[in-house]
Amino acid sequence: MTEPTIYELSSPGRVGVRFPESDVPRYDPPADLLRSDLPFPELAEIDVIRHFTHLSAKNYSIDKGFYPLGSCTMKYNPKINEVTAGLPGFAFSHPLQPVETVQGNLYLMYQLQEFLKEISGFDAVSLQPAAGAQGEFTGVKIINAYHKSRGDEKRTRVIIPDSAHGTNPATTSMIGLEVVHLPSDKRGNVDLAALKEICDDTIAGLMLTNPNTLGLFDENVCEVIEIVHAAGGLVYGDGANLNALLGITRPGDLGFDVMHFNLHKTFSTPHGGGGPGSGPVAVTAALADFLPAPIVGIVEEASDDVPPLYGFLDPPQSIGRVKTFFGQFGMLVRAYTYIRMHGPDGLRKVSEYAVLNANYLLSKVKGKYTLPYDRICMHEFVVEGVWPDLPDVHALDIAKRLMDYDFHPPTNYFPLIVHEALMIEPTETENKQTLDAFADALLKIADEARNEPELLKNAPHNTPVSRLDEVKAAKELVLCCWLPEKE
Amino acid sequence: MNTPQGLKYASTDEWLKVEGNIATLGVTDYAQDQLSDIVFFEVTVEVGDEIKKGTIVATIESVKAAADVALPASGKVIEVNEALANSPELINSDPFGGAWMLKVELTDPSEVESLMDAAAYASYCETRGH
Amino acid sequence: MFIPHTDQEKEAMLSSIGVKRLEDLFTAVPEKHRFPKLELPDGLTEMEVLDELKDYSSANETAGDLVCFLGAGAYRHYIPAAVNALISRGEFSTAYTPYQPEISQGTLQAIFEFQTLVANLTGMDVSNASHYDGATASAEAGVMAYHNFRGKRSKIILSPAINPQYKEVMCSYLCGYENVELITGGKDPFENPEMLPEEIDDNTALVVVQYPDFFGRIHDFTNLAKKVHESGALFTVIANPTALGLLKTPGAMGADIVVGEGQPLGIPLSFGGPYLGFLATKNELVRKISGRLVGETVDNQGRRGFVLTLTAREQHIRREKATSNICTNQGLMALTATVYMSLLGKSGMKHVANLCYQKAHYAAAVIGKIPGFKVLDEHPFFHEFVVKCPTDVEHLNHHLLDAGFLGGFDLGKVDPRLKDHMLVAVTEVITKEEIDDFAVALKEAAHD
Repeated sequence: MTEPTIYELSSPGRVGVRFPESDVPRYDPPADLLRSDLPFPELAEIDVIRHFTHLSAKNYSIDKGFYPLGSCTMKYNPKINEVTAGLPGFAFSHPLQPVETVQGNLYLMYQLQEFLKEISGFDAVSLQPAAGAQGEFTGVKIINAYHKSRGDEKRTRVIIPDSAHGTNPATTSMIGLEVVHLPSDKRGNVDLAALKEICDDTIAGLMLTNPNTLGLFDENVCEVIEIVHAAGGLVYGDGANLNALLGITRPGDLGFDVMHFNLHKTFSTPHGGGGPGSGPVAVTAALADFLPAPIVGIVEEASDDVPPLYGFLDPPQSIGRVKTFFGQFGMLVRAYTYIRMHGPDGLRKVSEYAVLNANYLLSKVKGKYTLPYDRICMHEFVVEGVWPDLPDVHALDIAKRLMDYDFHPPTNYFPLIVHEALMIEPTETENKQTLDAFADALLKIADEARNEPELLKNAPHNTPVSRLDEVKAAKELVLCCWLPEKE
Repeated sequence: MNTPQGLKYASTDEWLKVEGNIATLGVTDYAQDQLSDIVFFEVTVEVGDEIKKGTIVATIESVKAAADVALPASGKVIEVNEALANSPELINSDPFGGAWMLKVELTDPSEVESLMDAAAYASYCETRGH
Repeated sequence: MFIPHTDQEKEAMLSSIGVKRLEDLFTAVPEKHRFPKLELPDGLTEMEVLDELKDYSSANETAGDLVCFLGAGAYRHYIPAAVNALISRGEFSTAYTPYQPEISQGTLQAIFEFQTLVANLTGMDVSNASHYDGATASAEAGVMAYHNFRGKRSKIILSPAINPQYKEVMCSYLCGYENVELITGGKDPFENPEMLPEEIDDNTALVVVQYPDFFGRIHDFTNLAKKVHESGALFTVIANPTALGLLKTPGAMGADIVVGEGQPLGIPLSFGGPYLGFLATKNELVRKISGRLVGETVDNQGRRGFVLTLTAREQHIRREKATSNICTNQGLMALTATVYMSLLGKSGMKHVANLCYQKAHYAAAVIGKIPGFKVLDEHPFFHEFVVKCPTDVEHLNHHLLDAGFLGGFDLGKVDPRLKDHMLVAVTEVITKEEIDDFAVALKEAAHD
């Protein structure tokens, strides 16, 4: 059923929440600075509650079912995270309070910096970036600043493999650097010969996602990094796929120079319908001075009975600030809670079972779906959502049909290097029964594609709305439900 | 797929119709088919601009893709099809007619000679498949 | 705990894969770097971790326990109970970006309503689905202006009275663009932004002001907007959404882009994040907006529905040609603001804004009477104002803390010329009695 908009539900004179009357003498604002009207809806509290509850029922979510959206790590989000992040001492703390009054926050942030350093094998961390894309931006800016600080002005090119997320090239352009594309080889690894050819003294660095977006661990990762280092470049690690590596290997040990974390993926902070994320950045000691300011540190060492005083430090050659204050603090509390509950053994188990689940699902579907690179995968894998003898059925149709089986579809049409890609990431929190049911659905759909293709072409059938007219949306561009007439 | 005779074609899927030292620019039927439903078109240069061969002169967006249009021969812009921005769907329905994008006065008409003719472009599209 | 597998299931799965042990799945990882021992504390149960986090939380003394006169970009407002009840629903919080519109109509319609509310609040035509915070939204306004002129105009002029953190973030974003010059207009930190036209020339892409400005003052920018437009440049206003419940909109003054920090719209202080950036503009500039947009359409049975639209501008399609790398918005925070604005509605938004205005002016009057303190009130202000103090602000705040108050922001920390100047914020949560007590404490602190 179509849910009216809040403007359609509005009834003049209704009030959703009352505030006290003013208890101070009256002061009149300057009349010429007042707005003439506020075109806002008028609703009672119950109207608001029902409206948004109705809307919530139109969403698919992890709490409702299996959400194998490749590259997004849609794992279960523990409810305790919400309780800890909402503790009043955290929720009510103002970011500009004197540091003496927020030692609890600062200690937690300091510890989280330490945890992330240990997990990734790096020497320094900034928690400031707001999301993965901003972490990338920060990381590449650091690489750029490093070269510039050495007077190495000619390094203006960044190598990006063809399997990379779109954010990698977009980030590079935002910083004013040039993108150089790098192909993958037959096994889905970086093509070493091509890399050697590209590397020269104009290369600022390489942005590498490992495991890559095919879900494959680059078998030559150490050689790749050595080649870039030998040319004087630095290697950026896109941490989007860190859920495969906790306690398995550390990017810092492999030779990466800088990486970002996606706390909302790996460390289970809820995705919130598209944010907030959180994208801390870790670097080697050589790059620590360039981190965005401020980072949390000890400003007064502990003495006999007095604990150390935590405060903010400005790295001497900082690239500056990338957002206000110190990061998405509420997300930091959630990630801290998650890491603290798991400990070293629990974290390793997370990655082991994420990889077990992906390989198990792969083993169930690979007969019916083409696998472009037949290898043991990491936490996710990519199959082709198309069959050579059925040219009219596309990955999109398979994705839409999965909704009729009550599953969220995988990521589709990414990575671009796989034809009609379906990118599947089950995560460690799904049980065998769920994976079996999902595999069964995929196998059934493969049969339907042959026998009853209309079922796929017209899917989904059981959702609140069916396929939507995106051309109409883009052409007519209705972006607001109600605006007042222009004067 | 339509590939009219008498036009010159670039490997980046633009066509040029050359009359004396004046060339008219558009994108091919193959290009519009790859992009599918086009919802936006914008020329990024102005009349009077001197444009070098290979420069991006327009942008096309469909629902799922975006493409840049390059000028395959150097020239000075003398006319822009202002109407196309309001009906970008013409690029889908009439790529070689109503969807012309701009006209230029060629700086060096010999540059056009290196472009493909209809037959060469048609077989070039064949090799790329769909 | 969060991994449901039994040993038997694990074995069955390994055998379906064709390997013996979990370790066999990781042979592609270089052996010498495989399975490092992580030096982390052992895992805790839920009960234990809650105890630990409660310890940290209670080690803070916050705006919840203290009476808060601190603002400077983050404000303590009352958050109605219904806000948290709705946004904590797993259907909203555990969904992701609405890539599949058929099963994301809840998120999509909520963002569509958010866009409408923001457009109406700011007096603009359209809004996007949100940015990380007010500072990054301001930076994206600069990116928009740069691309609007295709890099041909490279000067961006900032009013001296913009939040200094916003200036820093704008510089981080924009300094990578070819030739971009980011200049702060005016010489005096308190200079009237009406003076900015002297700096505007035909190379200027954008002029940015804040409303209320960083010092809480409110100006009518109508004339400035005209002068900016005469030079062909764009005009951006960084606005506080609470103030817009009462005050003339930037749209009515002629702004081309309005951005701001949405934290006052029902989002907890939470030590600085997650917050919410908003960005609204005119129809003519809609295609230059970075970030997500939700549009209305119909499904194949003619039913109304919502989709992400104009996606061809974004990084996953345009890659290195995209104007921004943003991929998420600040989804749950945008929902929070939507619920808050729906609950307060037309009358509530005005009432809260008015309470802030009244109480701030009462506070200014009371503080202005304390010997040695001077309120800088030559310009009208909204809910924040500058007090010139007889002594060091840090010293005053120390004493205020002992008396149960979070004092105002020490402006000397961001500009040495503003030593001994305190920026005081007053919102609807503060009572007359608390203001009176604050003034008494301030007086005592000055004499200590």
